[in-house]
Amino acid sequence: MIAIVNNGMGNLFSIYNALDYVGGNPRIVRDPEGLDGAEGIVVPGVGAFGSCMDRLCRFEGALESARDCGTPIFAICIGLQILFEESEESPAARGLGWIKGKVVKLPLSVMIPQMGWNSLSIRRPVEMLQGIEEGDMFYFVHSYYGQPVDKSLIVATTEHGVDVTAAIARDNLFATQFHPEKSGAKGLRILENFVRAIRC
Amino acid sequence: MLARRIIPCLDCDLGVPGGRVVKGIEFKQIRYAGVPWELAGQYYEDGADEIVFLDITASHERRETMTSVIKKTSRSVFVPLAVGGGINSVEQAREVFNAGADKITVNTSALKRPELISEISNRYGNQAVVLAIDAKRRYTFEEGRRMVETEQGPCWFECSFYGGRQFTGIDAIAWASKAVSLGAGEILLTSMDRDGTYDGFDIPLTNAVAKRVKVPVIASGGCASPQHMLEVFKKTDASAALAASIFHFGEWNIRNVKTYLKERGVNVRK
Repeated sequence: MIAIVNNGMGNLFSIYNALDYVGGNPRIVRDPEGLDGAEGIVVPGVGAFGSCMDRLCRFEGALESARDCGTPIFAICIGLQILFEESEESPAARGLGWIKGKVVKLPLSVMIPQMGWNSLSIRRPVEMLQGIEEGDMFYFVHSYYGQPVDKSLIVATTEHGVDVTAAIARDNLFATQFHPEKSGAKGLRILENFVRAIRC
Repeated sequence: MLARRIIPCLDCDLGVPGGRVVKGIEFKQIRYAGVPWELAGQYYEDGADEIVFLDITASHERRETMTSVIKKTSRSVFVPLAVGGGINSVEQAREVFNAGADKITVNTSALKRPELISEISNRYGNQAVVLAIDAKRRYTFEEGRRMVETEQGPCWFECSFYGGRQFTGIDAIAWASKAVSLGAGEILLTSMDRDGTYDGFDIPLTNAVAKRVKVPVIASGGCASPQHMLEVFKKTDASAALAASIFHFGEWNIRNVKTYLKERGVNVRK
């Protein structure tokens, strides 16, 4: 079973439908206890950094234990951003702090939010990006992006005025700034890789 | 770099069970094209970057038909889905989002009550609110209008509502910038002069709005060929081109339109 953390707002059906489509047995989980026994966890993110953290903080302990147990975790969009320590979007809020670094605003010279399909530059091949080629396009909607202190965590970037962190990987943790559930066949392929990672 | 998007539009008549996709000519004459969720699935397979569903019959009972169309579509179509037609409250927007829509488009309801744009964008984010504008050329000089040069002389653009049946006296270019300041994250800009005519997009209109606002502009109305898409992408900053008839009835599908554009230097998704 893959637990989709219910962040209390927005559209979880897309990610539910996409995981279901690739054979992932998803379940939307409303309480931290729901993460017990999950073989994989998806942390979707909608809204602002601060309000997303407000709604997710009660899951913090359960997410940390799952991470420490080696459960594959997939964070999406703001879900990626809250892995960081802080964000320019909500200066008073703190993130999960799993990844050292900060979330910063896209440069003012470009369209904000970045909304639409943009191509990936693959920095480091990882299992989760199997079947994805240099230049494949994914659907992005965001105004901020993560800057990890340890650049080697970045496995893919996209160009929008600057090199934008598009995907991060560390051990059993994988996160994308883009929405795999809205990125057609290529996005489904990444979700399929996630399902496969759980099964092995 | 962001790709230019190709967006098929499904005008849905929801007065029959399951709904049907129709297409009007200059907002009047109607032809039938197919079943909404089936066509959406086909366009997704063909490489659509996003799909727009417009409820042209918009009434309460029919919104339930629309939510069931979206639920069915979102089970197997994995690109952004935008839904519009008759949405005039956050509550109604919520029903559509919960069915699986990523964006809602507002037109008449926002012209009548502009705060609706802020109400929805505050709750769901700017990216989730698309302002649809149906604009008609007016070749009369009036004080305070934003005049635009065209081959037929200077004109301004008037917003219409109720599916093109009534005019508002509102300047479309001014309305676009106001809507963006209220929280609209995208403008779906339809030329009433071109819609259904197969004469190509209204380039001066698209240019005027795309230069004025910082959010993506979707050009709509008049597209009958890949040449028309090429023209709008080469001559304007439109982020996307929307079309209906060319995909419903024409000999072109989305995949070969994209190949055509790519060969001519337009950045599109494969």
